[in-house]
Amino acid sequence: MPGLWERLRGGLTRTRQGLGDRIRGVFAGRQWSDDLWESLEEILYEADLGVDTVNFLLERTRAEVWNQRPRKAEAVVELLKRHMVELVRMNGDPRSLADHRPTVWMVVGVNGTGKTTTVGKMAYQMRERGFKVVLGAADTFRAAAQEQLSVWASRAGVEIIGQGYGADAAAVAFDTIRAASARQADLVIIDTAGRLHNKSQLMQELAKVHRVTGRALAGAPHQVWLVLDATTGQNGLLQAQVFLETVQVTGIVLTKLDGTAKGGVALAIARQLAIPVCWMGVGEGLDDLIPFDPEAYVEAILGGDLNA
Amino acid sequence: MFDNLAGKLESAFRRLRKKGVLSAADVRDALREVRMALLEADVNFKVVREFLSKVEERAVGQTVLASLTPEQEVVRVVRDELSELMGGQPSRVTMASHPPTVIYLVGLQGAGKTTTAAKLAAMLRRQGRQPLLVAADVYRPAAYEQLATLGRQIDVPVYYNPGATPVELVEQGIERTHKLARDVMVVDTAGRLHIDQALMAELLAMHSKVPGHEILLTVDAATGQDAVRVTQSFHSQLPLTGVILTKLDGDARGGAALSIRAVTGLAIKLATNGEKLDAIETFQPDRIASRILGMGDVLSLIEKAEEALDHDETADLAERLEQGEFTLEDFRGMLQQVKRMGPLSKVMEMLPGMKGLGQLKDRVDDRSLVRTEAILSSMTVGERRRPSIIDGSRRLRIARGSGTSVQEVNRLLKQFREVQKMLRQVRGMRKGKRGFPKFPFPPMPEG
Ligand SMILES: Nc1nc2c(ncn2[C@@H]2O[C@H](COP(=O)(O)OP(=O)(O)O)[C@@H](O)[C@H]2O)c(=O)[nH]1
Ligand SMILES: Nc1nc2c(ncn2[C@@H]2O[C@H](COP(=O)(O)OP(=O)(O)O)[C@@H](O)[C@H]2O)c(=O)[nH]1
Ligand SMILES: [Mg+2]
Ligand SMILES: [Mg+2]
Repeated sequence: MPGLWERLRGGLTRTRQGLGDRIRGVFAGRQWSDDLWESLEEILYEADLGVDTVNFLLERTRAEVWNQRPRKAEAVVELLKRHMVELVRMNGDPRSLADHRPTVWMVVGVNGTGKTTTVGKMAYQMRERGFKVVLGAADTFRAAAQEQLSVWASRAGVEIIGQGYGADAAAVAFDTIRAASARQADLVIIDTAGRLHNKSQLMQELAKVHRVTGRALAGAPHQVWLVLDATTGQNGLLQAQVFLETVQVTGIVLTKLDGTAKGGVALAIARQLAIPVCWMGVGEGLDDLIPFDPEAYVEAILGGDLNA
Repeated sequence: MFDNLAGKLESAFRRLRKKGVLSAADVRDALREVRMALLEADVNFKVVREFLSKVEERAVGQTVLASLTPEQEVVRVVRDELSELMGGQPSRVTMASHPPTVIYLVGLQGAGKTTTAAKLAAMLRRQGRQPLLVAADVYRPAAYEQLATLGRQIDVPVYYNPGATPVELVEQGIERTHKLARDVMVVDTAGRLHIDQALMAELLAMHSKVPGHEILLTVDAATGQDAVRVTQSFHSQLPLTGVILTKLDGDARGGAALSIRAVTGLAIKLATNGEKLDAIETFQPDRIASRILGMGDVLSLIEKAEEALDHDETADLAERLEQGEFTLEDFRGMLQQVKRMGPLSKVMEMLPGMKGLGQLKDRVDDRSLVRTEAILSSMTVGERRRPSIIDGSRRLRIARGSGTSVQEVNRLLKQFREVQKMLRQVRGMRKGKRGFPKFPFPPMPEG
């Protein structure tokens, strides 16, 4: 797919600015010395990895540095990088569908993270790959959420099913799956209303959507994507934990990586909750969603190109 | 998860105290806990570093070391420093001396600008002003429809003109404002990245054509370390006048508020805390300090309680408490008042140390409140007034009537006796503020 890789590089190059330049400035061509630990710590903290994960990574790296006694500062960064990549290594392509037709994806998350936009991008890309996609407009709450998804549906060239505002979200999901089955669609993507994870009533409602989805089609939903804004700090961990408990999240979409935030809390989530990061959002266009690339991502945090 | 800073410090000092006399180094050690708490609250790494060096200066002073409860002293120093940094007094959105006032809402994508624009307009209206909303986001799909819907809900006109550029929209918007004799124009702008030069230039162009009296950066309370970079960058390209912190109804600690304040000195003027259009308020700097430290939003709680409580009933109750006549009947009345404060889980969140205590929160949910109420309702008035008459067979009847178990009834009675005992102890020692009794919370189910 032409353009995609450039987009990734484009998005991440900007992400890299600041931290990347700094790490190059601090580490390139230098001998390793123990006072550099603090610089590494700072880079990790400023990427939102959080206390536990920063300690975890630095302890591992420290142990290796102790054993291997590397001379160059870059070598230490490489060791750290490997541990980070280890945390977020992915298996499989998030674009692959289940054996079932239709495969059902549900998209969830707190308010404003980029769910609807992500649904639009996913729909477009999966349709480009030759799949028949149907969208379920199960955000029946937020003002103009349906109009917004409609615009994305027409941009992506896919069908959208909804029941208007105030409708029961679970009923919309049910209808969408039934309609998609009848039309022999390959993929159903259900957009849901944003909700803060600490609102138990709204979370119960989401659990119901999840349940009813399974009732409409055994085995559904096949994927539950949690959309996480890369600017989110440590609260992301709580978000992921509650969404995991409520709707069995299967993977994370890390959005807005075209900004300067790194979304490092995703590493904490991967480590502590074992939820893989599967996609990254790098802009507001149809192409600006790409399968997660652990190496590129970790390089973006640490600056990359250290050997160049 | 034990994320209450005061508690953490206490255990840190307990460890240290075993060694005997506390030294300055000990305090410094304990301050590591403060560092963790601040980092976990998303305060920027560099801000934490600077902040702690200031705290350390004060905390290793003699008063802390000599104190019998150094942990409390340290917490106090940290809290004071935090409040000072946050700027003690709330700041308000200022109105132009010659109307119309122009207010721009700017910020990253999804921060809450559009929703907040509508909330702000509604708030201004409640204050007797005549706002006009301008939909100047021409990029996001259905952005106008979103604001138009919200405008209808709050009955505030929304100006938009399909095909016009954002600069044209504010120019036409101000004309419309004059024509409709409105006194405030609130401009909702498109979300943009601070590193997007074209879009940042567009904001500046809007502001130069139609100068804003307030240019408010809208920031999600859950924002992490990036808050500093984003705010600095916006501030260097636009003359920001303040910040709005959104989504405070979540359980993010909101360390971003501290980072922003420390780095730019900008005042946080408003806070939003819900999806409903009245969920906006003046930002209270001292409250965020407690929140960041995980000490609970006690002030909000008290205020909420005062709002929800029936003052006559409360005064009555206070008097009976004073005389040691607290009965289950009173208790039931209190429960009903507590219920008026909103979902218990939300109330609990405001209590110190409750954040992150998911399990406990689940146990003390509204269902337990409902069960407690059911038990109380199944008692006769006589039983509620004189719980001592409730014998075995009455307990069975009450349990059946309320759809609970005898154990639950027993537990409630036991907890009630404890509360009574406690009340007798505090009685006379202190009177609640403004007749507001320090009432216990509904009983927590055990186990
Ligand atoms: N820069 C950038 N903006 C994004 C990205 N994903 C979504 N957005 C924007 O974030 C805002 C909120 O997105 P939306 O899909 O409505 O979020 P939802 O409330 O979770 O459905 C919109 O302005 C989107 O254009 C991304 O990857 N990069
Ligand atoms: N829970 C909660 N949600 C909010 C709050 N403010 C905004 N939102 C939600 O956040 C999402 C993004 O808000 P929006 O106004 O579209 O953001 P914009 O992209 O900056 O214009 C929507 O789902 C809003 O309902 C708030 O204070 N609390
Ligand atoms: Mg949406
Ligand atoms: Mg908007």
